[in-house]
Amino acid sequence: MNSPAHAPGTGETLSGAKIIDAVKAAGISHVLSVPDLHTAKGILSRVTTDKDLTLIRVCKEDETLGIAAGLTYGDKKSLILIQYTGFLYAINAIRGVACEQKLPMCMMIGLLSKEVGVAPQDSSKFGLRIVEPILDTMGIERHYIDLDADIAKITPALNRAWERSQPVAFLIGRRPS
Amino acid sequence: MMNRTKCLEVLKGLITDEIVISSYSTASEWVEMTDRALNYYSHGAMGLCSSHGLGMALALPHKRIIVFDGDGSLLMNLGTLVTIAAAAPKNLVHLCFHNGSYEANGGHPLPKRDVDFAGMARSAGVKHVHTLDDFRNFEQQIGGILKQEGPVFADLLIEQGPIGPRAYDDMYKPARRQKLREVLKAGG
Repeated sequence: MNSPAHAPGTGETLSGAKIIDAVKAAGISHVLSVPDLHTAKGILSRVTTDKDLTLIRVCKEDETLGIAAGLTYGDKKSLILIQYTGFLYAINAIRGVACEQKLPMCMMIGLLSKEVGVAPQDSSKFGLRIVEPILDTMGIERHYIDLDADIAKITPALNRAWERSQPVAFLIGRRPS
Repeated sequence: MMNRTKCLEVLKGLITDEIVISSYSTASEWVEMTDRALNYYSHGAMGLCSSHGLGMALALPHKRIIVFDGDGSLLMNLGTLVTIAAAAPKNLVHLCFHNGSYEANGGHPLPKRDVDFAGMARSAGVKHVHTLDDFRNFEQQIGGILKQEGPVFADLLIEQGPIGPRAYDDMYKPARRQKLREVLKAGG
């Protein structure tokens, strides 16, 4: 179920615009975010001007879990856009709201400062190395999004999260253009 | 200082088709008092009661959402006041039952009991902010407060309630959340 992390070479790109198209194709209407330098320009800035998406800026990442849960009661689909440090901070809320309540919480997690061409588990940074094992321990489906070719995974995974009412995480490897 | 039970009794008489989102001690008392499908019990992570409320308020603009928060919970998520003020849902009323303690966690005091939550909410930019510490004033004003255009915040200064284990398991049953979804889908 989980996509294995891989370590593609350099010189390739990841399109923020195409990521947003993939998110919108799954019916996402709200984006809940604490800014992350990794995705600030390629994704979040685009969200701010996208008429199809409502951006809710929050102060701390765990808020996004509560808000996303509340939105599901009106069948509103949301994307949680955060940095991996924020993911680590919000673990208890992810555990309690996304996992134990089995809710379709869709997280897009920026791997800030991950070395290009290096898989997360091989990063020199401790915080980056532990993200995938934590997701696996929590039983959260995860997908590594590092190249434009990976973007094709996003819409089906979001649809699956809603069909099965389960969380999903997208790990943004390189900085989106 | 007010008595929470008495305040909830007044609220019970005023609340009809609103969604009530509550947590911990207040939730426990509320469910014993009025077990209704439009009750939602925030659980999973302490402090997120008002965040659940904000999400519902945004998703269900035709419904009035009333949050019964606790002071200890709110301290764990103070940024929510800023987030709510910025999102500015017109249908959200955020009541904070403020007894200066982590009542659900054994009754130990907050790091500081006399926190000015109303001042914080005002500074955050919440549209209507109130502080109520007298039951007679509460009885007179709460009906109007519940009907104000949101976001609304009210700091309710109450006495500490009984400390002890509460029956959370029934309150947090998935069937309750499913029932709420069904009622909402049916237009309730």
